[in-house]
Amino acid sequence: MKNICVLLSLLLLSSGAAFAQKKPAAKAPAKKPTAGVSPALLASGKAIYAQNCLSCHQADGGGVDGMNPPLTKTDYVLGDKPRLIGVLLNGLKGVEINGEEYRSVMPAQTHLTEQQMADVLTYVRNSFGNKASAVTVGEVKAARAAKK
Amino acid sequence: MKINPTRPLLLAAALASSFGLYSLTSRPSAVTADPNNAGLKLPAGFGALVVAETGARARHIAVTPQGTIYVKLNRAKDGKGILELKHTAGGKATVTGGFGSYGGTGIYAKGNYLYASSDEDVYRYKLDAKGEVTNPAQPEKIVSGLLNRGEHESKSIVLDNAGNLYVNVGAYSNSCQEKDREKGSMGRPGCPILDSAGGIWQFRADKVGQTYGTGTRFATGLRNVVGLDWNAQSNQLFVMQHGRDQLHDIFPALYDTKQSAELPAECLYALTKGANAGWPYLYYDPVKKQKILAPEYGGDGKKLADAKYLDPAAAYPAHTAPDGLLFYTGTMFPAKYRNGAFIAFHGSWNRAPEPQKGYYVVFQPFQNGKPSGPWEVFADNFAGSAEKVASGRADHKPCGLAQGPDGSLYVSDDKAGTIYRIVYNQK
Ligand code: HEC
Repeated sequence: MKNICVLLSLLLLSSGAAFAQKKPAAKAPAKKPTAGVSPALLASGKAIYAQNCLSCHQADGGGVDGMNPPLTKTDYVLGDKPRLIGVLLNGLKGVEINGEEYRSVMPAQTHLTEQQMADVLTYVRNSFGNKASAVTVGEVKAARAAKK
Repeated sequence: MKINPTRPLLLAAALASSFGLYSLTSRPSAVTADPNNAGLKLPAGFGALVVAETGARARHIAVTPQGTIYVKLNRAKDGKGILELKHTAGGKATVTGGFGSYGGTGIYAKGNYLYASSDEDVYRYKLDAKGEVTNPAQPEKIVSGLLNRGEHESKSIVLDNAGNLYVNVGAYSNSCQEKDREKGSMGRPGCPILDSAGGIWQFRADKVGQTYGTGTRFATGLRNVVGLDWNAQSNQLFVMQHGRDQLHDIFPALYDTKQSAELPAECLYALTKGANAGWPYLYYDPVKKQKILAPEYGGDGKKLADAKYLDPAAAYPAHTAPDGLLFYTGTMFPAKYRNGAFIAFHGSWNRAPEPQKGYYVVFQPFQNGKPSGPWEVFADNFAGSAEKVASGRADHKPCGLAQGPDGSLYVSDDKAGTIYRIVYNQK
């Protein structure tokens, strides 16, 4: 049953992607639509971001000098997805981000569901000037399984 | 140590003549405020100038009696963690040197020494009769091995008038949770962090090689102190605590985002030996004017904390990050400022999604060594605009404070590295 759900949501996601790709031609984009990510998914991710990440990384994703790193075009955000998912699964501390030290701690976000983790990371990878592929629930599951 | 009896005399003579020279060249009238007061908003009669642009993260600042400026950088720049600046025309200054390869926050000049801290150690440098460091490459390491776990790592320093050095060791935690800053994680019983952090440690100012073992835990239950100063009137140490963050993030059922932005107050504490301000077991609610039991330790936002803990001497808006504290003893400013406190508020981040606040220097009136009457914003607009305050994207963030020999107030900024000088120019 669970697997079917995943498959279904994957299908939905990819059909959403196909839809979004076709759409710009039909309607002049007021805001650049993000490649392959549906507005509903972005909205969900945004709500999760506001609840769980905003106070540290800030509304504009710009972070806080010397304390909380920006989420704008960093190696972590745009790079290897398992590593990015790992930041939410394990938290992070004492690691330089794009050559800068941050004197605080990234708490693990294990209170989020896999779906929520996928949504918020997809939102982050497609906001604040970032543009990158979505993170899927399957990828979050795989990263979690690899951790164990 | 043998002391040559003629030396102090010579020193005094040298000091006197350099003072004489100083007052000739840098009388307040010779200091010219910038036409725009360096972008600051100040009370009537005050002016400000940009002394220098260091382009570095200028944390605390010290000015010797002869007027040489030393600035501690958060991160060494071109291998130098301390900048030396000397005055030029009009009250401005220029970087004339640098030394100390370590980053850090604390710097303090007293007597014939300049003290500076990395995030683990405290050093002292000898000052000559001109108020300049004579041994930049060979300081004495007076304290070493203080805890630095990458959170609240800065070691602010100050001296009293009896040869003691006070060092803040911040707690490497927000609220001593089992898992720092994780949603719902509860407090560690008998918070073990307090053994070696979360307080003020006292050392001798003139002894090399001190460690935790030879120092004294002077006060505890202080989450993180960056601004601290010795009050000569009450002969007492005052500190500004950075209050805890994230009440809503961690306990969303107990606090909404608005409450989380306004709680807890940033507090001023008057310390005596053995004082306990109660972190992590409590926080101070500025509206109820009560010490509230922390939710990590069973609090619900209403339950009061144990009354045995120290009450704050004064309270300020939440999360505004007091990074500098200075008791003003000069005579340049009007009488009401004498012996009162200036507090540099670096500015908030943890008020989001509510608008941010701070990025100003506050004046807190004092009478007989105690806060008396409401505080007021003294120097504002370091951020550059109201929008930049609200978004937290400030142009400048005030951090360190120092008093110049003429009574000017110096302010350092660790965002853009600007060094400000505030003067009173009404007769
Ligand atoms: C308590 C503050 C805090 C919260 C809440 C928080 N983070 Fe972080 N985050 C940090 C800190 C501090 C680091 C850097 C840790 C380091 O340098 O070792 C970080 C690092 C990161 C990184 C990797 C570095 C980078 O900037 O690219 C990502 C991605 C990230 N966080 C995303 C999130 C997301 C998504 C959320 C919400 C689900 C979140 N964070 C919640 C403080 C926080």
